[in-house]
Amino acid sequence: MTLMTKFLGAAAAAALSAGAALADPALIYDLGGKFDKSFNEAAYGGAERWAEETGGSYKDIEMQSEAQREQALRRFAEAGFNPVVTTGFSFSTPIAAVAGDYPDTKFVTIDGYVDPEEHPNVKSILFSEHEGSYLVGMMAAMASDSGTVGFVGGMDIPLIRKFACGYAQGVKAVNPDAEVIANMTGTTPAAWNDPVKGSELAKAQIGQGADVIYAAAGGTGLGVLQTAADEGILSIGVDSNQNHLHPGKVLTSMLKRVDNAVYESMTAGADLEAGVEVLGLAEDGVGVAMDEHNADLVTDEMTTAVEDAKAQIAAGEISVHDYSSDDSCPALTF
Amino acid sequence: MDKMPAWADVVLIPLISLLLAAILSAVVILAIGESPVEAFNLMVDGALMRSSGWGYTLYYATNFIFTGLAVAVAFHARMFNIGGEGQAMLGGLGVALACLYVPWPHWTLAMLGSTLGAAAFGAAWALIPAYLQARRGSHIVITTIMFNFIAAALLNYLLIGVLKPTGSMEPASAKFDPSFALPTFQQMFSSADAPLFRGAPANVSFFLALAACLFVWLLIWRSRLGYEIRAYGWSQTGAKYAGISGTRIIIISMLISGGLAGLMAVNTTQGEAERLILNSTEGAGFIGIAVALMGRNHPFGVLLAAILFGFLYQGGAELALWTNIPRELIVVIQALVILFTGALDNMVRMPLERIFLALRRKES
Repeated sequence: MTLMTKFLGAAAAAALSAGAALADPALIYDLGGKFDKSFNEAAYGGAERWAEETGGSYKDIEMQSEAQREQALRRFAEAGFNPVVTTGFSFSTPIAAVAGDYPDTKFVTIDGYVDPEEHPNVKSILFSEHEGSYLVGMMAAMASDSGTVGFVGGMDIPLIRKFACGYAQGVKAVNPDAEVIANMTGTTPAAWNDPVKGSELAKAQIGQGADVIYAAAGGTGLGVLQTAADEGILSIGVDSNQNHLHPGKVLTSMLKRVDNAVYESMTAGADLEAGVEVLGLAEDGVGVAMDEHNADLVTDEMTTAVEDAKAQIAAGEISVHDYSSDDSCPALTF
Repeated sequence: MDKMPAWADVVLIPLISLLLAAILSAVVILAIGESPVEAFNLMVDGALMRSSGWGYTLYYATNFIFTGLAVAVAFHARMFNIGGEGQAMLGGLGVALACLYVPWPHWTLAMLGSTLGAAAFGAAWALIPAYLQARRGSHIVITTIMFNFIAAALLNYLLIGVLKPTGSMEPASAKFDPSFALPTFQQMFSSADAPLFRGAPANVSFFLALAACLFVWLLIWRSRLGYEIRAYGWSQTGAKYAGISGTRIIIISMLISGGLAGLMAVNTTQGEAERLILNSTEGAGFIGIAVALMGRNHPFGVLLAAILFGFLYQGGAELALWTNIPRELIVVIQALVILFTGALDNMVRMPLERIFLALRRKES
């Protein structure tokens, strides 16, 4: 009996020290997959940057099914990975279910929200996508000659409506008479990776007079950007800087710095501060991409207007309506 | 005339097919520079050597039993129900409505209610394609596939609008009352000093799936309706001559099929997620086709095939967790199994039949 307890004790100690020695961060991608040219890939980029700069190593996994979420969280926590970073709002519920069982592990949910009072070891990182979309909406309205601009969303979910709503408000702020055509690609997760349908929607919007199209659709957006470039109109990229995809044809990109969120979470490591963090314009969590590829497209007037609006939003003088706060949008009907 | 003994048909052919799929998978894994032996060990260890692994294997298997039975029942009437996916989605809606809007006093009653809701909604979703086939001759394959997309659109509409709690980012319904949660295997089989099935989602609905297997066996081989379904499946004109109404058989077999597919939602929606999520079916409706093919449309075969696919799913998850095999290749491995056991059945069957015929000729 005593021998047994000794063995067990030794095993437990070994397991503990192994866990402590490990303490690598882990990253879990949402169903969209690691290389979606957008949201998850930005997270991957952040993790790679961290690994390159620190020489550390991390573990990552792509989800295949809903039931795997909780499984992956538990297995990583049990194996001693810390912190466990997840991308996508769908992780908020599984994390809330798991976090209590592993109080020494820090969990990060990017785009998700977990009550910090109930779960003191969870950090929720949210982005003000509506504010960034507002700025690109302003630029779209200024660049448009026809007074009609387009929006192509991926799957029809509240998050994408939040993008569309901010965009429409930005457009209307510059030109109250402008028309915003908003289309969603589909109602299944396949809508995130359907460039052909993206291209069709872009053509349909061009047919209705749109001459700037904002794509917030993951891999589907690549089709929108391609068609816009082929048809000689302007497009707006999303999440990562997509200006370089078609130089001189992409007006700008709405940046969502998921990479920074991952990078900083991994840098903080096990000492990560839990709680809720909202990354908006003021924190450079979202913004517009300006580089040599779109320098010729952006006029001084646009730059000034965007800078002014950015300062006013940061100062609270302009408030951009957030679709997810009440499931409605003053500037656009879905 | 039987070209080969029954045991060769039900045991030998699936085994050889599996072996071929395993060999090809090993080649694929080798080609990307990983060790197939290690990968296989990981899959077996993760899915079958730990009780929590079994908990996941059986959770996935429960889904596949329901959808496999759904395809099998319809297939006995020579109806190819590809709409298991949509019927399961609607089943989820039935479960959600039963759990969100009825104050059940106990989880057993909640389970009864959600079972009825899931079966009714799943069956209702199969009714329209069944009617169109029976009365209008619209091909069931086409209509059921189209109904999958309509189901996805309907569910999406409900989950970003009516059923979504305001302010939530996720397209999902509110959580069900915690007292409706189905007992998991962990709660049922664990004792204080021997925790079993830790954290695994397998739950009491696995037994519902076993009961469904028994029900389908009784229905198809021990009831008059089952006899009529099989008779219609073998020969429509013969059945008509015998006074069996084709319309009735098509509609009833599709209703049962849709109901069985819908029941899957009891496992995913009430058992696992405890709320209605958009992506709760995850292709189980399509896996059901492979499960039914491999299980030779017999409930016991479906049960075994479902457990095999459960193993592939859970083993695939383990591979994704602990190796660098990308998930696309895990899908390739799963697809190889489907290809060999389902689509390429004849490739193994024909040479085998020839061997058995040759052997028999030698004997005589």
